[in-house]
Amino acid sequence: MSTLYVIDHDRGEIADPVLEGLTAARALDAGVAAVTVGAAADGLAGTLAEYGAATVHQVHHDELGDYAPAAWGDAIAQLVESAGATAVLCVGSDRGNEVMAHLGAALDLPVVANCIEIVPGDIWEMTRVRWGGSLHERARLDAPIKLATFAPHTTEAAPAEIPAAGTAVEFVPDLGPEAAITRIVDRVITEEGVTLATAPVVIAGGRGVGSEEGFAPLDELAALLGGAVGCSRVVTNNGWRNHKFQVGQTGTVVAPEVYIGCGISGAIQHWVGMMASKNVVAINTDPDAPMVTKADYAVIGDLHEVVPAVIEEIKRRRE
Amino acid sequence: MRILTCVKRVPSPGARIVVTADGQAVDTNMLGFAVSPHEECAAEEAIRQIEQHGGSSTVMTLGPAAAEEQLRTIMSVGVDEAVLLATDGSDWDPMATARALTMAIRELEAAGGEFDLIFFGNESADSGGYQVGVRVARALGRPIVAGIKGVDVGDGEVTARRDTPSGAEVYQLPLPAVLAIKEGINLPRYPTLKGRLGAKKKEVTVIEATREAGGQSMVTLVTPPSQETPTEVLGSGASAAPALVDVLERIGVL
Repeated sequence: MSTLYVIDHDRGEIADPVLEGLTAARALDAGVAAVTVGAAADGLAGTLAEYGAATVHQVHHDELGDYAPAAWGDAIAQLVESAGATAVLCVGSDRGNEVMAHLGAALDLPVVANCIEIVPGDIWEMTRVRWGGSLHERARLDAPIKLATFAPHTTEAAPAEIPAAGTAVEFVPDLGPEAAITRIVDRVITEEGVTLATAPVVIAGGRGVGSEEGFAPLDELAALLGGAVGCSRVVTNNGWRNHKFQVGQTGTVVAPEVYIGCGISGAIQHWVGMMASKNVVAINTDPDAPMVTKADYAVIGDLHEVVPAVIEEIKRRRE
Repeated sequence: MRILTCVKRVPSPGARIVVTADGQAVDTNMLGFAVSPHEECAAEEAIRQIEQHGGSSTVMTLGPAAAEEQLRTIMSVGVDEAVLLATDGSDWDPMATARALTMAIRELEAAGGEFDLIFFGNESADSGGYQVGVRVARALGRPIVAGIKGVDVGDGEVTARRDTPSGAEVYQLPLPAVLAIKEGINLPRYPTLKGRLGAKKKEVTVIEATREAGGQSMVTLVTPPSQETPTEVLGSGASAAPALVDVLERIGVL
């Protein structure tokens, strides 16, 4: 087995699930090679070696200065051929799944998305997530080159016991200008500092918040704890909060140290978006709400009374 | 302008999901069906673009005969035409789905002219393969971006916005183009009574889909192990605040 693990990065920055995926890829193939597309990611080689990449293929080209999904897919397809890879893996992030879809289309091979377990062999037996994680599928993959992504937050990222060599090898693909026809032309920065996807604390509000204004105490609590505010689908459907704050299957998946669900019943499509949280706290008037029965800790009561009291208590202790 | 939206019929999201005894499907005895959420927004976006720029839009689905219900739902909110790529209702892998859709799109374009935009959902709510739109776009030789939450059609090009954790990335694609749309781009409208009645009378074009399977196959569906853990109830109302803050302190986020 000759495995490539594609690094999802944004101008050289990686998110946590990338190293989780490399940890999982290393367990499948101890000789796994990493692939970084674009010179901006060259500096990652040291970290990738630490997490077990024997080789780091650094893909360089003028058209690969920034993220360009089709060009990434084309470049990796050429590397697969040149390196004689028999498997290509990546994290099942937005970009990871997008790039792998391009790779699969370029090679005309299947891509199994968001796996939580892979048993390699002539035919791979795998378990993948459906419905954002509320259902699992056992799947088989029969292809000359196996392509798959790992569902985020399923493996704990761990450095290799003995760091690998991480030998950098440059690869220059043959790309025409049409490869980068889909490219980023501008970026809009709206959030500074803590973002929902990476915040150590997420304070999420649901139907019980009642209105746009009802989020004020949640915002204050999040600011006190250095966290971010999220919400359920009901909230975005009511227009109380922008969809970018929605936690769940069709929104953002979070895995903070602490998730505090305020007035959220815990419908399955929300639960799959926060079930990887290390600690779950529910604040709800209904002791039988799924969010309460599945939480680690619960306060039974109206969030409009409980959250301000928590804010006061934190301020009092900090004085 | 001509816009095509490809949608999928899925068991209604949000309900508890139970697998059938043979493990081959979701037990839908107690569930209704719906258009997968991202695609519902994609169809709404198609309607809004046509309202703004003029033209017509079409909705297409690959699925069982019963998926006509979802096509009529979409027509009832303002999409003009519908195409059903009929299957026996079994689980199609993403490659097979993409090949059948590509063939159908070529047929539709040969008959009625090129689609300036083809919308997909970012991923289906049920199988979530994240790739059918990309495969179709590449087979047609058209650019595609996924995760789109903003669409602005200009002269011969489309500007598409996709959210990132810290803001948004803006992409520009020449037309014809394909976009995989994400929920949150808009709030889909509800059908009016007039819309419903109108949609009932409209014709649905049916094309027999040919299955050319890829190398990925579903063996069985499994309900994940339950995550139920004992819940420590810290108290009731505002008086529970100190106990909750103790927990936060213990976890180390204070």
